[in-house]
Amino acid sequence: MNARQNFIGQSVLRREDGRFLTGRGQYTDDIVLPQQAYGVFLRSPHAHARITSISTTAAEAADGVVAIYTGEHFKAVGGLPCGWLINNIDGTPMKEPRHPILADGKVRYVGDRVALVVADSIDQAKAAVALIEVDYEVLGAVSDVAKAAGAPALHDESPDNRCYLWSIGDKDGTDEAFKTAAHVTTLTFRNNRLVPNAIEPRAANAAYNPSSEEYTLYVANQNPHVERLLMCAFVLGIPEHKMRVVAPDVGGGFGSKIFLYGEETALVWASKQVGRPIKWTAERSESFLSDAHGRDHLTTSELALDKDGKFLAMRVHTQANLGAYLSTFSTAVPTILYATLMAGQYSTPKICVTVDAVFTNTAPVDAYRGAGRPEATYTVERTVETAAHELGIDPAELRRRNFITTFPYATPVGLTYDTGDYNATLTRALELADVAGFAARKAASAEQGMKRGLGYSCYIEACGIAPSAVAGALGARAGLFEAGEVRVHPTGKVTVFTGSHSHGQGHETTFAQVVADKLGIPMEDINIEHGDTGKVLFGMGTYGSRSLAVGGTAIVKALDKVIAKGKKIAAHLMEAADTDVVFENGLFKVAGTDKSVPFAQVSLTAYVPHNFPHDKLEPGLNENAFYDPSNFTYPAGSYVCEVEVDPATGVTRIERFTAVDDFGNVINPMIVEGQVHGGLAQGIGQAMLEHGVYDDEGQLISGSYMDYTMPRADDIPHFTVETAKGTPCTHNPLGVKGCGEAGAIGSPPAVINAICHALGIKNLSMPATPHVVWQAARSAA
Amino acid sequence: MSMLTLTVNGKRVKREVSPQTLLTDFIREHLRLTGTHVGCDTAQCGACTVHLDGHAVKACNMLAVQAEGMALTTIEGLAGADGTMHPMQAAFNACHGLQCGFCTPGMVMSAIDLVKHHPHATETQIREGLEGNFCRCTGYQNIVRAVQQAATA
Repeated sequence: MNARQNFIGQSVLRREDGRFLTGRGQYTDDIVLPQQAYGVFLRSPHAHARITSISTTAAEAADGVVAIYTGEHFKAVGGLPCGWLINNIDGTPMKEPRHPILADGKVRYVGDRVALVVADSIDQAKAAVALIEVDYEVLGAVSDVAKAAGAPALHDESPDNRCYLWSIGDKDGTDEAFKTAAHVTTLTFRNNRLVPNAIEPRAANAAYNPSSEEYTLYVANQNPHVERLLMCAFVLGIPEHKMRVVAPDVGGGFGSKIFLYGEETALVWASKQVGRPIKWTAERSESFLSDAHGRDHLTTSELALDKDGKFLAMRVHTQANLGAYLSTFSTAVPTILYATLMAGQYSTPKICVTVDAVFTNTAPVDAYRGAGRPEATYTVERTVETAAHELGIDPAELRRRNFITTFPYATPVGLTYDTGDYNATLTRALELADVAGFAARKAASAEQGMKRGLGYSCYIEACGIAPSAVAGALGARAGLFEAGEVRVHPTGKVTVFTGSHSHGQGHETTFAQVVADKLGIPMEDINIEHGDTGKVLFGMGTYGSRSLAVGGTAIVKALDKVIAKGKKIAAHLMEAADTDVVFENGLFKVAGTDKSVPFAQVSLTAYVPHNFPHDKLEPGLNENAFYDPSNFTYPAGSYVCEVEVDPATGVTRIERFTAVDDFGNVINPMIVEGQVHGGLAQGIGQAMLEHGVYDDEGQLISGSYMDYTMPRADDIPHFTVETAKGTPCTHNPLGVKGCGEAGAIGSPPAVINAICHALGIKNLSMPATPHVVWQAARSAA
Repeated sequence: MSMLTLTVNGKRVKREVSPQTLLTDFIREHLRLTGTHVGCDTAQCGACTVHLDGHAVKACNMLAVQAEGMALTTIEGLAGADGTMHPMQAAFNACHGLQCGFCTPGMVMSAIDLVKHHPHATETQIREGLEGNFCRCTGYQNIVRAVQQAATA
């Protein structure tokens, strides 16, 4: 049998589990270096204030204090860079104020870094932080995206607090189409601010070696090479080859560990000053204040339909909160990753999206699981479902009338979908969810005084980020390829180095399945290495559901080179022509004969090249590849949520949640399902529980697990998840699409649609807590 | 400083500690058993869950000196001497009950305690029983399956 059937498509149990289940994982905070010192940051208690003076005299005299640094020390280094330039409608560039490592005369959000104390112990550092005296002149603050324009300016270069006013699509054509509409559905809503809350808090440990003049940074991060590049080239001016960044085991990221933060940057700089390694681990309350948050949009959407329910045009206006400073990819999230998805699964001919992005006195907002695409899906799927109810058309039927059915399909907002079958996933989701039996269940609920509702969401997303040329044309200041290296050892064992980074995704298993399949060798003979710039040639990291589609493909390309060279070595050994050699199930064979040599004999020959085609080949068997995709991948699916609402209390239970996803080909179904489960829980968390709330003075009032409702096991329903047979991606050799974010992208509108349906209401704000639902039920009654 | 004597994963340990040292810090920093994790500062996330005299406790919520004379078991002490995983550890692997692994030690320790007291727990009871442990990766479904599987092992 073909070895392919042994590995690809199998739910192979994870190889990384053993160390995590026995306490042998090694996360950043687990690392203690010789002469270890500890860093603690003094953070601003004010949302907006001028620093009139800082006195560190008493703190410096405290026990165990090694050094104290403030913004003064960082005046000479760069600010944290923003990786994506967005231009205004008038062609001028966005406002890009300096993002200092430590506050430079002014603080702009609660939690802004004011000083770094380095001490022999954490307790000593904390005690010294309390002795730093800072005089603040408190200024007016704004946290609400809708109030930013008239509020006191955060940055001198942006008196109206606007970062950019950006637009995509055919404005005039869209406006014209609206004039011909038989019906227009209009909806205004917020996409609630979320705090990512990876359970491992951010952490870093920076060391400087004076003999080699090299820095080593251990950091909880999703893309160590990007971290190194940004920190070296744009901030600290450290030669890139004198810096090693290691992202060891990382306890979840969800986007929040993509970015270059000031904390680790300050630590790296200070580690050379003090001549000792410095470790900092965020406390949870610190994570709430200082991790980049997600979402926080205020949107009005309009959908124009003809008399038959065909979509004519969509017009969207979004105000996006970027927080106090521009985090690494913040500017791309409400634009490139949001507005380009506004076609959804539909052939809407005209679309125009305008985005007004503002600064506020809140933590910076950046990519969080889905990053723009959940906001787009919420906009499209809430609006479509509302239109269906307004027109009295079954929401599934209205969607079918408007599905894109021929591919490739160029949307009016810049993307070209390569493949998909939206009818298939919707049909299957309706079956699995037993929508046919809904009326009976609704009647049974009504007998108990309960309200039952059904909500749909047919999402599409663009992931596998990204074709570098496309991203560059859209303002990206980085390439978005991926790198991989296949190092075949003399004995035929294989070490694979990938620029992707696993922080829960299971690359050590999935990638090994791909390699085992291609080389026809056991998985035990394969090691997957990632997360260390000292080992891995290069990498752009893991975010945007790109690891397998981009990183996996880079490995496949390197494997192809290994096999091609192996064929030549085998041909020499078998005295055959290169072109007559085929590679199957770990054997190099002369086609049409019984002659063969195993993979390990070829690898041994490569490293012990006594009988070797030296005239044609170099010894060794070690290949690398860089892969830059030609398009995004477009996973899509249909989600059905069924809720029961108690109108007396507002308590809402998700009775059924059905997800059918098309991820193209699947390497490990178990891992893919697990990714969907996790995404769904985060999406349901957004819809029903989670909310990062700032008061009008800019204080984060949901700043701990006592206030911010994290989804717990008993908040989350049992999901019915199915991966459709699917439409393989047309432009990567594995035929795979990304699966990491889909659940978080598709689920929030399904939940809200279901609650609105149950209560017979048009609109409901997230999170739909019992209080919110109870109020809505009362006003509907 | 106080003298603290206890049993850690079956071995007697005697250490001097400051009376304000948290049990988590004692485990992680003094004993260097880093499988016990810290994910919050309000005793909510459960990543630091260990067993004291066979009961699951959140180690961040106790002082080390309160463990005087007790038997402490951490995630490192669960597997057999030959490396054979505890049935709960094996079930988490078999059911894909973990992704990033950070909440996993605490989750496993809580789950063992849950099954010990409720060997026939329903899915709802398991979900309620694990309410004190956050997982951000798995959506809990495969954790519930793992606990069900371990309960019948």
